[in-house]
Amino acid sequence: MKERVERYQQANEVRAALEMLQGAVLESRQPSEETRGPRTLVLRGMQHLTVKNGDVLLLVGTNKGAFLLKSSRDRTRWDVAGPYFHGQGIYAMAYDGRNGRHRLWVSTNSLMWGTFLRSSDDYGRSWTNPLEASIRFPAESGASLRNIWQICLGRNDEPETLYCGVEPAALFESRDGGESWSLARALYGHPHRPRWMPSNGGLFLHTIVPDPGAKGRMYVAVSAGGVYRTEDSGKTWQARNTGIRVVFMPEKYPEFGQCVHKIVLHESRPERLFLQNHWGLYRSDNRGDSWQDIARGVPSDFGFAMMMHPHDPDCVYVLPVESDEFRCTPEGHLRVYRTRNAGGSWDSLERGLPQKGAYETVLRDAMSSDSLDQAGIYFGTRSGKLYASRDEGKSWKKIVEGLPQIVCVKAAVIQMDEAPKARPHSKAKPAAIRKTLFAKSVKRQRPR
Amino acid sequence: MQVSFNIPGPLRGFTANRSVVQLELKEGSDLLKALLDLFRAYPGLRDRILTESGDLRHHVNIFVENENVRYTGGLTTPVPVGAEVSIVPAISGG
Repeated sequence: MKERVERYQQANEVRAALEMLQGAVLESRQPSEETRGPRTLVLRGMQHLTVKNGDVLLLVGTNKGAFLLKSSRDRTRWDVAGPYFHGQGIYAMAYDGRNGRHRLWVSTNSLMWGTFLRSSDDYGRSWTNPLEASIRFPAESGASLRNIWQICLGRNDEPETLYCGVEPAALFESRDGGESWSLARALYGHPHRPRWMPSNGGLFLHTIVPDPGAKGRMYVAVSAGGVYRTEDSGKTWQARNTGIRVVFMPEKYPEFGQCVHKIVLHESRPERLFLQNHWGLYRSDNRGDSWQDIARGVPSDFGFAMMMHPHDPDCVYVLPVESDEFRCTPEGHLRVYRTRNAGGSWDSLERGLPQKGAYETVLRDAMSSDSLDQAGIYFGTRSGKLYASRDEGKSWKKIVEGLPQIVCVKAAVIQMDEAPKARPHSKAKPAAIRKTLFAKSVKRQRPR
Repeated sequence: MQVSFNIPGPLRGFTANRSVVQLELKEGSDLLKALLDLFRAYPGLRDRILTESGDLRHHVNIFVENENVRYTGGLTTPVPVGAEVSIVPAISGG
């Protein structure tokens, strides 16, 4: 046994040496901070991105690390950097350009060492590496964080607000730019919760949609619990699943328990929601009070990814897969489907996409758009290919292949007009615990 | 009493790159007490070895001398004088 332990330790040393060779070293600023201070992982030797005003940035999370891509506004040529956090699952990424920031957020999930929320203010050259996990369940809950599935920015007029959806299914909120986080206790203690059922990916909260027009209103989706809405900033939550069918329970239209895969809305029509279900495409015209089937003209109403056009409130994109048994694009055709009349009809977008032997899967967060006038649309496959369209889906081009399984794709257009107003993390003062409807804050450990 | 902790490569960023850390512990300590002393000295290790509810992470093994503590009482495993405690990532992945 002793020999085996030594062998493990040797393997670790080999791995550490390999990381050094690949150019990854741990850097600490001063000896006194080596064990106490917030740590920053500086990846040397990697070709990082140099980002300019107006560039388009893609954040690509895979099951084995994160990648960053950058292009000028014409989106013809892409620079690729990564993998960052190699070997770790990156299920959620976000770009926060509010309040003059240029901050990348990432959740890193190590099978061995747990899940941490990290950020970078220099496009990946350095990342926070917190001593203590900032998102953690209260001790009395007995729960432990397994993964962070979603990082969602608060409304534009709440630039310090962020949300995370996690596994086991729960919502966390930060009101101080990600320094401290609070569990949404009313949702966590919801009487339905004991009857939510884990799906293939676990029991997790993966979708967070704040209503841009109503501060107290927000929607979340849980697999498999369904859609829940709050009207009072999280004090109470109501199931909002009327009309959404389930195929895995005897009751076909239960109050809750649906396996919702994604919800989207457009900020100009916040009362109207679109939903990709575990079987079923739906629209709600009344803030989720009821849902109507809109799956006419798609080869399958099973799928994961769903995306709102950034400028057109009637335009939604989906990427159907054949079935829950065979989670691949139907008949080997890789096709995006788009409605331009709020689900009245769907047309297929396939120019430039493989139409033979393309048995691909696109996961729930692996499709995104930029905000340019002629919007760029991006999606990544489980087979590690990343496709882009710079004409809103009319034509497509494979921009990268050979990546690990792509789990999430986020796009952003970089605006550097304003001087940064947000403090960098390392200089941020400890934030006061704010009076919030989301109870008890968890403070991130400060340097001593 | 002195106890040595073997630190795996991925966690050495939190121990100033030390592969072995020696601490003076109270005699009669069990593994949990020993780990709490280790975490006081190197706080970045805590959340990477234990979950927030205080359990040993599923894919982390700890050996006191040559025995995996999962078979010797878990975190209540006694840590004898001069013991070597090894923190080892499990064989897992995909």
